This record gives sequence, C-alpha cells and structure tokens, in this order.
Amino acid sequence: MREAIIIIMGAVLANNFVLVRFLGICPFLGVSKKLDSAIGMSMAVVFVMVMATAATWPIQNLLLEPNGIGYMQTIVFILVIAALVQLVEIALKKYVPALHKGLGVYLPLITTNCAVLGVTVLNIDEGYGFAQSLLNSFGAGIGFMLAMFLFAGVRGRIEANDYPESFKGIASTLIAASILSLSFMGFSGMIDGIFGM
Amino acid sequence: MSAFVAPVVLVVGVGFIAAVILTLAAKFMAVPVDETALKLREALPGANCGACGYAGCDDYASALAADPTGVAPNLCTPGGASVAAAVGALLGVDATAAEPIVAAVMCSGLTDLTKKDMEYQGYKTCASVKQFFGGPGSCKYGCIGYGDCVEVCKYDAIDICSGVALVNRENCVGCGMCAKECPQRIIDMIPVKSRVYVSCSSKDTGKRTKDICEVGCIACKLCEKACKFDAVHVVDNIAKIDPVKCVNCGLCAKACPRDIIHVIPKPKAAKPLVIPAKDEATAQ
Repeated sequence: MREAIIIIMGAVLANNFVLVRFLGICPFLGVSKKLDSAIGMSMAVVFVMVMATAATWPIQNLLLEPNGIGYMQTIVFILVIAALVQLVEIALKKYVPALHKGLGVYLPLITTNCAVLGVTVLNIDEGYGFAQSLLNSFGAGIGFMLAMFLFAGVRGRIEANDYPESFKGIASTLIAASILSLSFMGFSGMIDGIFGM
Repeated sequence: MSAFVAPVVLVVGVGFIAAVILTLAAKFMAVPVDETALKLREALPGANCGACGYAGCDDYASALAADPTGVAPNLCTPGGASVAAAVGALLGVDATAAEPIVAAVMCSGLTDLTKKDMEYQGYKTCASVKQFFGGPGSCKYGCIGYGDCVEVCKYDAIDICSGVALVNRENCVGCGMCAKECPQRIIDMIPVKSRVYVSCSSKDTGKRTKDICEVGCIACKLCEKACKFDAVHVVDNIAKIDPVKCVNCGLCAKACPRDIIHVIPKPKAAKPLVIPAKDEATAQ
C-alpha cells in the first residue's frame, strides 16, 4: 500500500509528465485553451496510458526480453499502441457510443503521443511489475490531467489581460508554462521527505 | 545473418496480427453510418474547428442529418455561403431561411443609477474586471461597461453610453460576437421582429436590487399580470419575455414600475431627429 502511494504521488506530482519530464507538450499547449476540452483530452490520456501499459508490459517481458531483442522496444510499442487505440476506438463506437462521443475526438490525436509512449518505456526502465506499471500509468495520466486543469485556468487569466504585443499568443503561454513547471519542481523532494527514503 | 531474423519476424508478425485484428474489428463492429450524414460530412470543410457549436464536422453532420429542420444549415462560418448552400441542397431546405436576429443588452444600469462597491483601477477590459471580485458594481449581473463588446463588433453596431452597452439595431447583423465576448452574458440574441425586451439580468432578490440599482427588475410580476398572451414570466427573480408568444403590444412595458421593459419603436415610425427652432434660438 505504501509503495502504491509512493508510485502514484511520484507520477502525479514529483515526476509530473508534462511539467517535470516535459513529455506531451503538444497536447498540453494545444488543448489547454478551454477547460472542458482540456478535461476531455486528459480523460482520453488516462484511458490510453493505462490501456497501452496493459498491452506493452506483457509484450516486453514475455516476447521481447526472452528473445533477446529488447532494443526493438520503441518501434514495437508504437505499433502496438497505435493498433490498440484504433481497436479501442472502433469498439467504443460500437458498444459505448456515449464514451466515444466524449473521448472520440481526442483518441486519434494521442495515438502516438510521446507521453503515452514515454510512460510505457519508463515503466520498463524503472523495472516495475505489472500492477506497479498500471499504477504508474494511471498516476501519470492523472498528473497530465492536473497540469491541463491548472493551465487551462492560467491561460484564461492571461488572455484577459493587457500585455505587450510581442508576448501575444504562444510566447506568453510558454512563459506561463515554465513558471508552472518551476513550481512543480518544488515537489521533487516531497516524496522523499514524507516517506523517509 | 541470424541477428536480422528475430526482430524482422517479430515486427512483421506483430504488425500482421494487429492488421488482422483491426480488419476484423472494422468488419464486425462497424456502425451503420447515416447516408445523409456521410454526404453532409463531405460537403463540410472538415477543419473540425467547432465554430458551428458542435464537436467537429462529424458531429455537426450527424446533428443535421438527425434533425434537418431544427438544426440551422448555415452554422459553418469557415465554409461560408457556398457550404451553407451545399448543405441546404442536400437537406432540401433553404439555407438562408434563418430568422434575422439582433443583439439586445439586458441591462439598463447607467453609471448614475447604480451603486458601486469599490473603485476599480486596472486593465480596462470587462474580462479582467470580471475576475476581480466580479467587478466594482454592486450588481454582479449588470453591464461592466468597459466595452469588450465594442471591441469585437465589426459593424460599429454597439457602443457604451454612460456605462452601459447600447445596440444600434440598424447596423447590427446578428453575428453574435458581442454575446459570446460579454463575460457577464447579458447580451441576448433576439429576433428582429420582437421589439419588446426586459433590459435587466439581475437574479438578486427584489429588495437587494432595489437597494443597489434604480432600474433593476424587482420581480414584482406586474408585467406577468399585464400580459394577455402569456408571454412574460418571472423566473429566478427576473422577468423574461418569450419572443414566440410576444406580439409587441407593450402592455408589460406600461405596467413595469421600474421602466426596464424597453419597447423599440417600429422602424417606419422612427422619425429623423429634428431640433426645434426655438432651442436653436436659445442656444445662440
């Protein structure tokens, strides 16, 4: 239980995928303009991250490692994740149209997103077991959601204000993202401090 | 040589299995797509921008196919008139049949008729004022008056007069940009033919409104009683006129003790403003 909490807290705060590891910046900057689309995107990311981990962990440990071709990890993972997301989209459209309506637009966007690929590769690198990997992926997705949620609010405030013309658009967004990222750096010692590692 | 075999076989194998599964899934889990929706989807630009108010072109196309009369065919702004015409032709409806609408500002609180909680000194845009404790005015539902709507209007149809936005109906084309921009959401799009509207948005209780604003709706329901057509109703402490039932008789406006139900004169009855000769003489 203690280990599970450490993994989740680490993935959400201390090693936040967007703000500390800088993975998945494209959807982070692209879809954080409005709160509702930010939430929809994040839900899709959580969903795909957990699904992708559930599919790639067995492949790595049952197929690639025993055959001594662990170095094919990246290309096989991309292939598997892309196919999996397509399959999930088809299945959702048929059996859960309501969920498909909510996530549908975002699912193809994140098929080969670096945050999704990143979490599956990092799970292997960290040497997590299957359950730990799923937990870590779930935490990473929630961390993505947290970053999106916070940043959608930040952007709303930026855009209402009067700032120099040269900072309009992506420049001010990147500066705000870097400040938010700095604040997340503050979490880095927190896990160690709380759990006395 | 053997170093090649395992990875190549593996990647090809995984790819093949994925392809087979996806093909089977696409075949057995296919959802029948509405033919009309498919044609409509092709007529739309496919930019998935969401300007129509739906989540992408697919969503708009299926909404149109499901309800051809209820959903307007001319919502695609990027596509413009040509797409509207194509969509209209596919559905067999007139693409330009949308009823003309104009903006109406649902607030009459001129600066000297309303109370203020504080003096505001900051960015002079409604959106930033709104974030600052809902703005300096005591009424949190009223016009802030820094003119975000004026900024977005491309037709010079809205202006700020004594702290309240005012629509010039002759210039307004009903694009709805001001209504979207207004952080207070007090600009309503109403049909051109409806000339009577309640110019207040306050959901405060009657007593509170009376304390802070001389021209706010106090929900006395006199308009409701005066209306012979069941068109006016007080909901959430604010009178609302149903433009479908309203016949522009103006009885509610006469009954209103706060004079916030505005009646716009018929366009042909509006006479050009002539300054009386004696005023000119006294001015000189």
